[in-house]
Amino acid sequence: MTVREHLLDARDLRVVFKGRRGKPPVAALDGVSITIGDGETLGLVGESGSGKSTLGRAILGLNRVQSGSIAFDGHDLFEWRRRNAREVAAALQVVFQDPYSSLNPTQTVGQILAEPLQAHGMRDRSELARRVYEMLDRVGLASEYVDRYPRQFSGGQRQRIAIARSLMLGPKLIVCDEALSALDLSVQAQVANVLMELQRELGLSYLFIAHDLSIVRLMAHRTVVMRHGQIVEQGPTDELYSAPKHPYTQALLAAEPVPDPVEQRRRRQARAALAQRGPMATA
Amino acid sequence: MTPKPSPTKAPTRRDVTVSLATVTNSSPAVGSARSAEDRVLSSRRSPGTIVRLLLRRPVAVISLLWIALVSIASFAAPLLMPRDPYETNLSKAYQGPSLENLLGTDQLGRDLLSRLMIGGVEPLSGAAVALSIAVVVGATAGILAGYLGGVFDWVSSRWVEISMAMPGLIVLLVVLAVFPGNTMAAMVAYGFLIANPVYRVVRAATFAVTPELHVDAAKSAGLGALRILRRHILPRIMGPLIVQATLVAGVSILLNTGLGFLGFGPKPPATSWGALITEASQLIVIHPWMLVPTGFVIILTVLALHSIGDTVRDITNERWAGMPRRARRRQVPAEAVVVDQQPVAGPEGSALLEVRDLTVAFGDDRVRVVEGVSFAVNAGEIVGLVGESGCGKSVTGRALVRLLAEGGEIVGGSIRFDGKDIASMSEREVNALRGSEISYISQDPMMALDPSFTIGTLVGEAVQRQEGLRGSAQKQRVLELLAAVKLRGPEETMRRYPHQISGGMAQRVIIARALAGRPRLLIADEPTTALDVTVQAEILDLLREFQSRFGMAIIFVTHDWGVVADICERAIVMYAGQIVEAAPILDIFAAPKHPYTEGLEASNPHHATRGVPLPALAGSVPAPRDWPTGCRFAARCPYATPDCKEAPIPLLSPGPERLSRCIHIERVGTREGVTK
Ligand SMILES: Nc1ncnc2c1ncn2[C@@H]1O[C@H](COP(=O)(O)OP(=O)(O)OP(=O)(O)O)[C@@H](O)[C@H]1O
Ligand code: SF4
Ligand SMILES: [Mg+2]
Repeated sequence: MTVREHLLDARDLRVVFKGRRGKPPVAALDGVSITIGDGETLGLVGESGSGKSTLGRAILGLNRVQSGSIAFDGHDLFEWRRRNAREVAAALQVVFQDPYSSLNPTQTVGQILAEPLQAHGMRDRSELARRVYEMLDRVGLASEYVDRYPRQFSGGQRQRIAIARSLMLGPKLIVCDEALSALDLSVQAQVANVLMELQRELGLSYLFIAHDLSIVRLMAHRTVVMRHGQIVEQGPTDELYSAPKHPYTQALLAAEPVPDPVEQRRRRQARAALAQRGPMATA
Repeated sequence: MTPKPSPTKAPTRRDVTVSLATVTNSSPAVGSARSAEDRVLSSRRSPGTIVRLLLRRPVAVISLLWIALVSIASFAAPLLMPRDPYETNLSKAYQGPSLENLLGTDQLGRDLLSRLMIGGVEPLSGAAVALSIAVVVGATAGILAGYLGGVFDWVSSRWVEISMAMPGLIVLLVVLAVFPGNTMAAMVAYGFLIANPVYRVVRAATFAVTPELHVDAAKSAGLGALRILRRHILPRIMGPLIVQATLVAGVSILLNTGLGFLGFGPKPPATSWGALITEASQLIVIHPWMLVPTGFVIILTVLALHSIGDTVRDITNERWAGMPRRARRRQVPAEAVVVDQQPVAGPEGSALLEVRDLTVAFGDDRVRVVEGVSFAVNAGEIVGLVGESGCGKSVTGRALVRLLAEGGEIVGGSIRFDGKDIASMSEREVNALRGSEISYISQDPMMALDPSFTIGTLVGEAVQRQEGLRGSAQKQRVLELLAAVKLRGPEETMRRYPHQISGGMAQRVIIARALAGRPRLLIADEPTTALDVTVQAEILDLLREFQSRFGMAIIFVTHDWGVVADICERAIVMYAGQIVEAAPILDIFAAPKHPYTEGLEASNPHHATRGVPLPALAGSVPAPRDWPTGCRFAARCPYATPDCKEAPIPLLSPGPERLSRCIHIERVGTREGVTK
């Protein structure tokens, strides 16, 4: 295997979508480069339409990439996927936002979790069962849930099932696209803990896409801020949050309300001052 | 090239960390006959195949039995017929039902029942042929077009358009001219024609399922196209396909009968339902009875097919939906609920809105989703209604303006606004109040704007209703309102349609509309949840401005504690349909007095350090049917004791302007029991 510095090294990605109804084409990703190290979480923040999900989907092969390259685990990802999509699927997985449409309602939890293994040629029923139960346990779901259907679970439980499914093939990188966004605070905390624990135990890497700044600060080692298909700022999360350099990052951080009335009043005044210096507001 | 990467079959990295002991420990306590291993892949607790569910509906069962009866009677007619259908006996012509001839006889004295039975062979087998062709061709092409899209979809859709433009009847007559008297050939042709609507339905259903995330997830897991079609798409389109198939079967029977009626069909003396109808209609004056059995059987058969289709549609609509069809458990009896009398009011008293003991129920079985809610809002005050999904925030907000969704009803309590009770007003009175005195903004900004009107029309409508303005005065006021909500270029915005503006702009338009009548109370249900943080901040500023300029009170429904801290003066926390805590903002953040509030604030990632697990509340909000009699939070509460579960917990007052529904208030804040 060639020497590699990062688990994932994406260079200069460009994704262009056809403009709808006579509108000109839009560059959803306009020359974006990121790296993700082993066992690292890269946070990806930005407002709606900034290209966050497009980047995740481009890496997963769900969007056509016009130009640029991705090296993953020492391979050219596009070439590797063409040659052996299954191998890539085993190493690169995804957890989506919507805990309702991301699970097939006609399959039981056991079938959902066994499917990736079966697709990769595993036939031994007892081995399948062993792996399924192990994974249920790992994400904190009771084993008697194995033959229930997604509709019988709450949002947080479904998200655990989705995480379990993404882990079945032993991936190295999981793209978490707003994976915690649909969850209530108390449940979000449970699932965030599961993700962090799995990272510690298995050395997983995450591309953690979210619009909620505070959850990214909790999860990500480094953070990338995107706007209009481009990266405006990136750096170690703590630095970026405590001393944002780009005015857009500053505006973003200043706009986030904090759950502390006294602090929030102070921030509101600071934001008003910031807005007077240079209007970054976008409605 | 680089050597092959490792992850071919089994992940090695993981296996190191897994001890077999954990695996066996985690394996289920298998009380049932099936082994833990079997349960992984089986679907026994399944909602059932469509067929099995069908068998639980009496109408469908009767319909299926009827179809089976008719089919057996026809195809096994040679064995089952009571008499020879071709044996004439002129002395018995034109008879009604009798013991000898159960359905009477025809003009030649032949037994009608026997003729009806043998006559079913032609239409039923014709329909079966047409149906098979339509389903096989239409469904295969439809599913491929919907899933693959692109060229295949383009070509097949054009073909369908062309062939649907062909006059079907003429095609059939041409076929019959080429194959004289061969109705089967006509039915084959018809099968291809009627494959088109099947194609359309299946293609549309596949289109709807394909973008679902579980299909993306399946692709990401490296599943092949065939497997995805079979496991993820086919089960979801089965319902619409079966519905369509029953319709096709029905019209095919009718078509075949029609052909028979026109004289195409088996040569006499052999007969078909169509030919029987022809004979009967010729003798309608002399012997009207002859028409009855055949007509009855045809109509019933088609009706049965349709009713099976309808039932399948119902089943598939319900099948994958979130809730089971019927209540399993009864609600807690109403007597068990402690009524909270004291409404929570701010300091000044003399409330603008005073809600007492509001109870809302949904559905036929009257499940209470909001129970005994009492609070008050003073003029010009911003009150937050906070809690997790499903706790009843939106239902409470909507109940205040009597805008409950279908099936919802206020079953108790009062809502006093300005001294009058909204809960017992007539629909007309409430209507007059809405918009002028109380405005309501719903959770979804885009849904609230009708896409077929311009912004100018949408806001103008409200201006006309509230202020009676028309023409240029109306336009002036609309511009004023749009400027007030700080929309750039109000003139230009007026001409745009809802889909041409961003979510933030849409929310401003909605606020402008809500403000048209200069209401004294605004109920805003998560008005900023769908927006980006920078836009959210601007909208919050805007609402704050209106509050201070016009003294408008706001009930702000949200689950975001940051928003609560930003804009609210008081917070009311809801859990499982009840108020569990109420307090001024500074107090509730500084020292929450209910374990739920405390837990929510603790699990806010804002206070967290990276890498350190968040203190999470275990479990999740129970569904309304599962609310216990005692403290509804007990199952998740770190401070719970056995007496918490015994009886309903009343709202207690731990200090001025504060309320908490907990009997262990003194322990809250000690964090002694907070779980990891
Ligand atoms: N139309 C309806 N029919 C039946 N039950 C309903 C209906 N609307 C709401 N409910 C039930 O009422 C309860 C409260 O729902 P509500 O919408 O008020 O929650 P919420 O607190 O606003 O949640 P969210 O934060 O998700 O908006 C839920 O259990 C919900 O399932
Ligand atoms: S009453 Fe008991 S269970 Fe309920 S919140 Fe208080 S301590 Fe917890
Ligand atoms: Mg709501």
